[in-house]
Amino acid sequence: MAAIKVEIRSGVYYDSAVLMQLQRSLASLPGIEDAGVVMGTESNKELLAHIDLTTPEVEKAQPNDLVIVVRGVDEKAATEALGKVDELLTRKKGGAEQAYRPRSIEGANDMLPEASWVLVSVAGRYAAGVAREAMRLGKHVFLFSDNVSVEEEIALKQEAAEKGLLVMGPDCGTALIGGFGLGFANKVRRGNIGVVAAAGTGLQHVTSRIHQLGGGITHGIGTGGRDLSEKVGAVTFRQGIELLSRDPETKVIVLVSKPPSPKVAEEVLKLARRAGKPVVVNFIARPLSLPQMDNLYFARGLDHAAELAVELSRNLPALETDADLGLERFAAGQKYLRGLFSGGTLAYEAQHILASYLPKVYANAPINKELKLPNSYVSQEHCIVDLGEDEFTQGRLHPMMDNELRIRRLMEEAADPSVAVILLDVVIGYGSHPDPASELGPAVAKAKALAKEAGRYLEVIAVVCGTDEDPQKLEAQVQQMKEGGAWVSTSNEEAMRYAGRLVRALSQEAGGEFTMKPVDLTTLQRPLAAINVGLESFAENLAAQGAPVIHVDWRPPAGGNERLMSILERMKQRQ
Amino acid sequence: MVDIEKANQQAVEQMMEARPVVVGVAPAIDVIPGMHRDLLLHAGPPVTWDRMAGPMKGAMVGALIWEGRAKNWDEAEALLSSGKIKFEPCHEHSAVGPMAGVISPSMMVYIVENKTHGNKAYSGLNEGRGKVLRMGAYSEDVLARLTWMNEVLGPVSNAALEAMGGLDLRTLLGKALHMGDDGHNRLDAASILYTTQLAPWIVKVAKDSNTASEVIRFLGENALSILNQVMAGCKTMTDAAHGIEGSTIVTVMARNGTDFGIRVSGLGDRWFTGPAGKVKALYFPGFTEKDANPDIGDSTITETAGIGGFAMAAAPAIVTFISGTPQDAVNTTLDMYEITYAEHKYFTIPYLNFRGTPTGIDIRKVIEKNILPRVNTGVAHKDPGVGQVGAGVVTPPQNIFEDALVAFAEQYGF
Repeated sequence: MAAIKVEIRSGVYYDSAVLMQLQRSLASLPGIEDAGVVMGTESNKELLAHIDLTTPEVEKAQPNDLVIVVRGVDEKAATEALGKVDELLTRKKGGAEQAYRPRSIEGANDMLPEASWVLVSVAGRYAAGVAREAMRLGKHVFLFSDNVSVEEEIALKQEAAEKGLLVMGPDCGTALIGGFGLGFANKVRRGNIGVVAAAGTGLQHVTSRIHQLGGGITHGIGTGGRDLSEKVGAVTFRQGIELLSRDPETKVIVLVSKPPSPKVAEEVLKLARRAGKPVVVNFIARPLSLPQMDNLYFARGLDHAAELAVELSRNLPALETDADLGLERFAAGQKYLRGLFSGGTLAYEAQHILASYLPKVYANAPINKELKLPNSYVSQEHCIVDLGEDEFTQGRLHPMMDNELRIRRLMEEAADPSVAVILLDVVIGYGSHPDPASELGPAVAKAKALAKEAGRYLEVIAVVCGTDEDPQKLEAQVQQMKEGGAWVSTSNEEAMRYAGRLVRALSQEAGGEFTMKPVDLTTLQRPLAAINVGLESFAENLAAQGAPVIHVDWRPPAGGNERLMSILERMKQRQ
Repeated sequence: MVDIEKANQQAVEQMMEARPVVVGVAPAIDVIPGMHRDLLLHAGPPVTWDRMAGPMKGAMVGALIWEGRAKNWDEAEALLSSGKIKFEPCHEHSAVGPMAGVISPSMMVYIVENKTHGNKAYSGLNEGRGKVLRMGAYSEDVLARLTWMNEVLGPVSNAALEAMGGLDLRTLLGKALHMGDDGHNRLDAASILYTTQLAPWIVKVAKDSNTASEVIRFLGENALSILNQVMAGCKTMTDAAHGIEGSTIVTVMARNGTDFGIRVSGLGDRWFTGPAGKVKALYFPGFTEKDANPDIGDSTITETAGIGGFAMAAAPAIVTFISGTPQDAVNTTLDMYEITYAEHKYFTIPYLNFRGTPTGIDIRKVIEKNILPRVNTGVAHKDPGVGQVGAGVVTPPQNIFEDALVAFAEQYGF
């Protein structure tokens, strides 16, 4: 038997919306057929009567009385419903603290304008659009998404280079910015080593090893696997190197990549040379020519790169710079190197080492057949002549025994206004000339004087091979060469490196100028704040690390409608 | 090539700088441009009699009976369906009307003037909640109230407004947003502010204290006393932003209970229409969703001008309409920032650090972000003669923004 129960409350005020809410809650209770919650005005009472929700009690209600009336399937249901009124009125809604989720990067930026980074992990076909939106707002992009075409990557990175922004990726798995890990990243101690890496796990492994060895990281910049390809041209990699070279916190830089295109590798290394701090290089599977060149330290692998970096960061080496080379002593037009060797293997190693410094070094006995000197008697550009080769020794003593031919050639080279550096080896020991430096030393002095008269400066670099127990005495040989004005070393590598640096600087083929708009360093130095578009876990991870992060409730633009998307794109492009 | 950003900047600037002032009350026939004896105005985009929604039919029939042009439904219907009495959208006559929005020639209307740009807009006098003409009710008591409004409320209000030199709506709305109003569905504070500002002048100009008391009481008891003035005020703001070459800003959103229509600043007087949506609502006792008419009324002019649903964060109490939490109100406003071009200079939201309300719906953003404008609205019964049955939230149909974008691309060569 249906039953109507009424409760009248006087002197209370509830917003009409609250009353409607209460009414809806009451009506949805079990065993309740209908409910009315209204103020007791005449029109409301009429209305209640109309829907069979009235009683004499309701009729007596005043306009300022709150009328609560329910019709239940039975008395019990109606009474129970009325008993719940207070509970329903005071019921706290759940989720009131749930933060707002903006629907676009623009919206997120309004909430967190200090965010310098946007993490993008949406489906590949939308990723470039999202990245562009981020850059439009001046944000760096961590582009986790894959399946972004190389054409899109080139376009994005070109835009980034123009704006002084970083696009790390596409397909960038990880990065560490100011101690915060983006994407897949390890919890790595902060320190003074900066890393630029193309490969995700390369960065993770090197930074983790550095941590294990007690070192720490400033920033780990990811670039995406294709960055070091010829097409993309290492835009992000170069930005990363340049940025870390300016970062005062970063004392050592580590570069990690799969083998890059040789041309790109050369460009990257040229830039790295200008970093002004030690740079550890590990281009996996790229053959090593030297363990070290200038500020570059070549590692054999990821572990070795980490070890080198930690060691260097603890004992920062004094770096040689071109400023120490005394370039001002040379006259304009002096730029070539000429090597006049008596020892074949020394000449061969000279070529090998110099190849790291100079694009082309010709030789009569070349490592690379393309660099064969057409005429061994006529020098051209940079060249290394092994005067111990058969062509020179027919009917003549070997230059280790007879200095005459070399001295004549030395004078020829000294007279050449394009020559800046001459290399000589002095090989002593049983069988050699009894005192080669007694002839070569004065010849060097004469050659240098010849150049000086012509208004030039000639650097003669001599490497002396032998021991203090040799009949000619090593010290005596060194001494005589020095007296002749030569720069002398007993290490072939040291001598060739010096020669390489000097001539490279003179020939102005250093390259590696950074022509992009520099990335604002303060955007890395500020505490990291980010906007996340795509995988929610990336936002959660950043939040867990204590970084302010806004996750965007992102949907495909124009609901994925291609026609509308293309109209919008055209509108944007033509503005 | 047209500069959309510049055009939009100009549009929103003019929308925000418009300063609507309620200057008086007069019969529609005397002031509304193009009004004549055989014309009724209605809410929303144009509609034919056979497609017209129940409540709008009811309001038109009621208006003709009240005007003395018909005695009953059949006579009124004959006039309307034969074309003897024409009907056109309010929006095509610088007017706006809530719900059915019917304005007949003899009805008193508020005159709101934008003091910055000089344009005017008009809207009828609000009848209160419940069983009212604008909801399609036309019983004797409804018509009697209309007569009282026309004979007492209108003239007294006009005299009071003239005596006080007009009432600045922009200032009043800015204040009301700080008092928990959204400017559309919740106008409790604004209506009180209006009444208290007008009351001293009503007392002065009314022919006796009984009349003054009656008028003040009617205004004071109706939490929507100021709805029509606000709508006309918003209309002057959006009209100030209309007709700017190359602008993608929406200047009209309006529903007639059958269709939802929009107009875009840079696309002239063309309507883009789609089916009016179902309102997600809470219902008055005894009514359910089955009784509800689809979305109806010109009141979405408030959202178009940057208040109403867009300013919901200022009016957290309103969320109980949709059984939400105050956070939902905040989120609604934050969502609307995604699709608007500017933040209002004069309408601000305390809870959002006095951030300006989201202003100037940009059709590009609506499409790109796939977010539709949010509207808070009353719900009319689908049958003529019943009236309001609830209130809730609704969004326009997606296609009207898509169609507008495509039309824009065609017109401007994108």
